[in-house]
Amino acid sequence: MNGGDEVAAAPAGPPQSLDWKFSQVFGERTAGEEVQEVDIISAIEFDKTGDHLATGDRGGRVVLFERTDTKDHGVPRRDLERMEYPIGRHPEFRYKTEFQSHEPEFDYLKSLEIEEKINKIRWCQTANGALFLLSTNDKTIKFWKVQEKKVKKISDMNLDPSKAVGNGSIASSSTPKHCLANGGSPDRSYNYLGNDFSFPPGGLPSLRLPVVTSQETNLVARCRRVYAHAHDYHINSVSNNSDGETFISADDLRINLWNLEISNQSFNIVDVKPANMEDLTEVITSAEFHPTHCNTLAYSSSKGSIRVIDLRQSALCDSHAKLFEEPEAPGSRSFFTEIIASISDIKFARDGRYILSRDYMTLKLWDINMDSGPVATFQVHEYLRPKLCDLYENDSIFDKFECCLSGDGLRVATGSYSNLFRVFGCAPGSTEATTLEASKNPMRRQVQTPSRPSRSLSSITRVVRRGAENPGVDANGNAFDFTTKLLHLAWHPTENSIACAAANSLYMYYA
Amino acid sequence: MAMIDEPLYPIAVLIDELKNEDIQLRLNSIRKLSTIARALGEERTRKELIPFLSENNDDDDEVLLAMAEELGVFIPYVGGVEHANVLLPPLETLCIVEETCVRDKAVESLCRIGAQMREQDLVEFFIPLLKRLAAGEWFTARVSSCGLFHIAYPSAPEALKTELRTLYGQLCQDDMPMVRRSAATNLGKFAATVEAPHLKVDIMSMFDDLTHDDQDSVRLLAVEGCAALGKLLEPQDCVAHILPVIVNFSQDKSWRVRYMVANQLYELCEAVGPEPTRSDLVPAYVRLLRDNEAEVRIAAAGKVTKFCRILNSELAIQNILPCVKELSTDSSQHVRSALASVIMGMAPILGKDATIEQLLPIFLSLLKDEFPDVRLNIISKLDQVNQVIGIDLLSQSLLPAIVELAEDRHWRVRLAIIEYIPLLASQLGVGFFDDKLGALCMQWLKDKVYSIRDAAANNVKRLAEEFGPDWAMQHIVPQVLDMINNPHYLYRMTILHAVSLLAPVMGKDITCSKLLPVVINASKDRVPNIKFNVAKVLQSLIPIVDQSVVEKTIRPCLVELSEDPDVDVRYFATQALQSSDQQMMMSS
Repeated sequence: MNGGDEVAAAPAGPPQSLDWKFSQVFGERTAGEEVQEVDIISAIEFDKTGDHLATGDRGGRVVLFERTDTKDHGVPRRDLERMEYPIGRHPEFRYKTEFQSHEPEFDYLKSLEIEEKINKIRWCQTANGALFLLSTNDKTIKFWKVQEKKVKKISDMNLDPSKAVGNGSIASSSTPKHCLANGGSPDRSYNYLGNDFSFPPGGLPSLRLPVVTSQETNLVARCRRVYAHAHDYHINSVSNNSDGETFISADDLRINLWNLEISNQSFNIVDVKPANMEDLTEVITSAEFHPTHCNTLAYSSSKGSIRVIDLRQSALCDSHAKLFEEPEAPGSRSFFTEIIASISDIKFARDGRYILSRDYMTLKLWDINMDSGPVATFQVHEYLRPKLCDLYENDSIFDKFECCLSGDGLRVATGSYSNLFRVFGCAPGSTEATTLEASKNPMRRQVQTPSRPSRSLSSITRVVRRGAENPGVDANGNAFDFTTKLLHLAWHPTENSIACAAANSLYMYYA
Repeated sequence: MAMIDEPLYPIAVLIDELKNEDIQLRLNSIRKLSTIARALGEERTRKELIPFLSENNDDDDEVLLAMAEELGVFIPYVGGVEHANVLLPPLETLCIVEETCVRDKAVESLCRIGAQMREQDLVEFFIPLLKRLAAGEWFTARVSSCGLFHIAYPSAPEALKTELRTLYGQLCQDDMPMVRRSAATNLGKFAATVEAPHLKVDIMSMFDDLTHDDQDSVRLLAVEGCAALGKLLEPQDCVAHILPVIVNFSQDKSWRVRYMVANQLYELCEAVGPEPTRSDLVPAYVRLLRDNEAEVRIAAAGKVTKFCRILNSELAIQNILPCVKELSTDSSQHVRSALASVIMGMAPILGKDATIEQLLPIFLSLLKDEFPDVRLNIISKLDQVNQVIGIDLLSQSLLPAIVELAEDRHWRVRLAIIEYIPLLASQLGVGFFDDKLGALCMQWLKDKVYSIRDAAANNVKRLAEEFGPDWAMQHIVPQVLDMINNPHYLYRMTILHAVSLLAPVMGKDITCSKLLPVVINASKDRVPNIKFNVAKVLQSLIPIVDQSVVEKTIRPCLVELSEDPDVDVRYFATQALQSSDQQMMMSS
């Protein structure tokens, strides 16, 4: 199943390579169907329990999915895991609801169009059965609450509603007419009641309370708060603090700290804007809070460094506590060195000890206790190195690929071109390196290790099939299609399950 | 559908609208809940309205908030305290909702009701509710429960009291930081109801947990607990248990915690008493004054006078004054500004000699600070120093500082200094003012910014009040009136405004002889804006001057203006005439 030599070489110690299988697809493209720009997925995020999954798209919509395989039976999931079901027990999701999170806007002061594209989604603490999440576009962060609401069907009114609106049910017909008819001058009538009207001690028996007859519910998403006007540049990240009350938002030059309950003020904690913009050499590309330490925050830069800052040290954290950078190998410098060093995404591992970073060509795993260099580096698509010039010319070199870690911290994953994504084992001694394609048959294509070129029939057939839209084949016969890139993916927090976005389709795999 | 009698119609609408689609109408109905309850009568309120409200828990937050508030004062409508327990279920559901302000209001209402409930009802209904919330599945319920213990505890039997203390202890160690924060916030209130022996053991161990919490936001709130608990404990216990915690907090890794200590320092000193303050808190405070983080120094600097007041002057000079000197040249302007706003208050504490020797150089250096807020803060508190050392020592440095502020390019700075001119004048005395500041006050009347001109006119009035009409006649009125010939109409308008403010202070004689002619002259101005302002000023002068003057001078002028080609001038002239008519009717 896996690149044959790797399985054979694997020693007994490290965990077995995973056998990935297709699980589900949402929004699958039919052959020849054109992808609408607005439908392209731009953010994916599991919640902390892994029972919910959210995606955001370029059209400003957020779609929620909920897990179905654990809710059906009464056995708690922990027991299920222990029982080790042979097959079929893998996370399955179903569409739950969707809502329009952001709309296109126009900033009149700066004459700028603000796209509605969702840049990031972050789940917040669930409370009282309602789901909460933060979503952001380039400028504005919104706090959403998604909750089941009773559909109200009211009967037993005091006043004959048919008289008022000529309609059987007042509540279900949202007519302002009714309000006007009966409450036209509410203030006057209420005052009259308060002052002059005296009620008999036993009350008025002819009055009755409305009765709610329907117990149907439907999901309603409400925007609870809008955190706006705090970023001059494009927001690339939002991240919740473990204290449950604050979060950060990062743009190219600044990081701001917010309280979830307060939308009209934020505190700037990092500002890398130079006094003179001509001196600008480095921008912030991604930022994330430590999963458990409320005071620790990491952010990555376009120069390939990761800075960890300690919020306890000072109010404005312009000086970092730790800097993670890989020293440049002497003599390897080229025109593209700086561009491909730019980190597009960082993620803390669940235990907070490791940080995973993705630059254009590699995934790097850093130990927070070792700042001399990464503990592991994984080549994502080394075969593209000779093609960097082409990638630069068509701007693909600036694509921002995300990365993710498994809940147990033993594996990492990231995307590539041609809708491929790669999973690497990062446990000591592991040689696991799997290439999957975001399609119903993920193992269809195996990546060619550059050192042993060999033709893969399947990839050739693929070239043939997609030949029309596919501009090139590399030296090894691998097709690379720069237009189909897999930028966004997320690993289920507790199980080996990956959700990834190929254009407008959401593919899910399990192992 | 029932037929409703005519007088019941409004109340029927009110009830129906409890479930209307329009949130405004629902809100309206909820706010009139007491009216609905009275219409239904006590029994049906208990049996129908309250259960109905209990089910209404998925409404919008605004409605829930209003409901939580209304229910807090609902005891009379359900039949008095013996039925108060029926109000608990709807408030219990509101204690669990996600919106913090709704929960807080529900807790507040529950406390209000609980405080009135009979003891056996508290045991039978309130405490079980509290236990349900404290063991709630969602953190929201547990957060709310923390705020109810101090109501329930005093009425609980012994065994239940032990259980409640255990329960609170668990909340202090909850998985969710939100719950621990709520436990930290409410610890002081709960502790106040707990018996002394348990206070020393149980509460102190909870407090200990909170002070060691990993989350900065929890430790932060525990700082406030120090002050509250310190007041409950015996002095020696306080010194033994609270003091070390405060000293530790003052060296916490997190600047936010140290900031809290600096901010709460006075309360903390009060809690531990003067002697331990001198021995232990002075070093802690000195550390805070020299903290790495500017925010902490700002908070600490702002408390320097209050803190010195607890100490004797010797200790203050020895320990605090060196820090104050350092702070006066701090790299952060906000630190210097915070210091400047309180430092003058140190003069009475240190006494005359020490002030002249030690503080005066600091005052003078702050008066030359590059940041205007610092200078302004010093000037605003001038009276405190004046009482101790007199103004002479300062006045030579004051003048350049004032002049510089008066000409600052930021109009808000100029505005601020104008506000202080009457204070300065009273402190510096007439002589000093005449020589140096008089010209400035006239200059502001010709400022480019309206707010400054407006404030300058007001300033002129306040000076006249301060030094009396005679002085004003000599030193300001002629200068002000001179400016009525300024070529720019906006400046002429300022003068008219100043005249209308000066008139009541100067009295009717001067008004008639000096001010009125100027105004009357201005009615011939070529700018309509001036003319209708003349009408307004004349209207304001009518009550001040004699009726004969009104008849002879003011009315003719207004009549003329009321025939002006400009519509606005006619309007204001007519207004003034009407008011003069009324005046006449009233006096006759």
